[in-house]
Amino acid sequence: MSLQIIKSGLLDTIQDQGRYGYQHLGINPGGAMDRFSSQSGNALLGKDFNSPVIEIHFPAPIILFQKETIICITGADFSPTINHKKILNNQPIAINENTVLQFEKMLSGARCCITILHDPDLDKWLNSYSTNLVAGAGGFKGRALKKGDILNFKNNFDCKYLAAEKDFELLPWKASETFTSKKEIRFIKGSEWDWLTDDAIKIFAESNYKILNNSNRMGYRLQGDALKVKEEIQLISSGLTFGTIQLLPDGQLIVLMADHQTTGGYPRIGHVISADLSMLAQCNPGNEIKFSSVELAIAEQELIQQQRGLQQMQTASKFKIEKLLSNISTPGGF
Amino acid sequence: MAYFHKMNLNELTISPLGDSAILLNFENKIDETLNRKVLRLFHELQKKSFPFVKDIVPAYSSLVIFYDLLIIKNKSPVNKTYLEIVTDQIKNILFEDIEISSLSSRKIKIPVCYSEKYALDINDISKEKKISVDEIIHLHTAKKYRVYMIGFLPGFAYMGEVDERIAMPRRAQPRTIVEAGSIGIAGRQTGIYPFDSPGGWQIIGKTPQKIFDKEKNDPVLLQLGDEIEFYSITEDELTNN
Repeated sequence: MSLQIIKSGLLDTIQDQGRYGYQHLGINPGGAMDRFSSQSGNALLGKDFNSPVIEIHFPAPIILFQKETIICITGADFSPTINHKKILNNQPIAINENTVLQFEKMLSGARCCITILHDPDLDKWLNSYSTNLVAGAGGFKGRALKKGDILNFKNNFDCKYLAAEKDFELLPWKASETFTSKKEIRFIKGSEWDWLTDDAIKIFAESNYKILNNSNRMGYRLQGDALKVKEEIQLISSGLTFGTIQLLPDGQLIVLMADHQTTGGYPRIGHVISADLSMLAQCNPGNEIKFSSVELAIAEQELIQQQRGLQQMQTASKFKIEKLLSNISTPGGF
Repeated sequence: MAYFHKMNLNELTISPLGDSAILLNFENKIDETLNRKVLRLFHELQKKSFPFVKDIVPAYSSLVIFYDLLIIKNKSPVNKTYLEIVTDQIKNILFEDIEISSLSSRKIKIPVCYSEKYALDINDISKEKKISVDEIIHLHTAKKYRVYMIGFLPGFAYMGEVDERIAMPRRAQPRTIVEAGSIGIAGRQTGIYPFDSPGGWQIIGKTPQKIFDKEKNDPVLLQLGDEIEFYSITEDELTNN
């Protein structure tokens, strides 16, 4: 026994960077909504970016750690505490055995990632740990975590003494970059962009779009003035991606998120750039966003830059973690 | 800066699908020849197994290739976008002679119980199309269907084309739950729901065949290019299966 769910949250699932290679079978990639934050949690613990994390929403779960480990909380700020003492996001924390992680209130963002140094003892389904709720496969028994679930730890790093006699110890490094909540979401034009009327293009560029309540891991529905197309053409079903902005028959928009279908038949007027998906994933219903157009080259550069930053953080953290674990024979010292 | 929003190559339109995928589109049309071309491209791309290709999504008459920018190490020439580099690398495949006839398709027979109890919309179709229920069953089982694409749900095969006489538009009000195994018609397409799911297709029967099985290495029964035939079974055969 290593970790136990004392109380489940709204939707707590195991996610990694997605299940790729199976979309031709209709099996969507899924994966963490906020790819950047789930990667940065792993990076801060020196782990592979694709290691599984627990993605939580608010109301958040209460988790009992039965065994010492190092954790890192990234993404949304749900004011995390350990044994009721406040801890910080974006900083690795050595925690003692029998400590309780819980979250007091939703301060910013929509989804929070819990990364644990010890990998949970789970089997991959089709090469990924991500939970596919439709297929009931992957992650923890193909479903959201619930009260009483126990996740055992796989690897055997000895983290005794790191927190000494205390409940936890903040480790002396943290992320320099975290997700920012900006209203402006950048996109590149989609293959059906040219279908929009001049008026529709103007409305799209100038509108503040409100994210509606029926938004979820599959997609965000947006509220704004209806966009018109030059002529009504039936589009044959075709591939989609995380971030695709689809135009519905009533002129409203939906942005596809992590659990989107693999194919669809609505016009793709644009695609949110990968580097800004993290910001969008942290938006809650009721938040407003505005789209701004960028060129593909910029989108590519931004993504590469974001990934390089994460890689640097991962390399540096890995070195620190290894040093920490090798010094562990000296009780309490690091 | 070299940048394209859309580009025509051979008979294909190439455009970015976001910053990490490329859309190759033949024509906006359901056509067996185009679908064979898509399937051939899909097989060629799988065979070549480019290290940067993460996923390939073939559809009726288009194909999306997901790629990993970070794996494309040598970004040269530097003024090109990653999309253009990927396009350059796959260009040869696009121009290769198309031998679509060489692809043989698997043949699969699917048992269907067309009893009213499971064929929730068969009476409506009968009234609307002025055709008997027996004739609907006959027409649905008389044809061989091609799996044009898989999408919507894991393992949901879009098959075509059904006889014009039983082609029905989607229901105006989609059902909140369609049972797994239900056989539906939408336009000239027919399909099988692999899971209980919301759905708007006109339901004409149910199969006991498992369409999706997560325990299998190959979890999806019907695959792109397969040739499908339906045959009628009784209620007993459905429930005792």
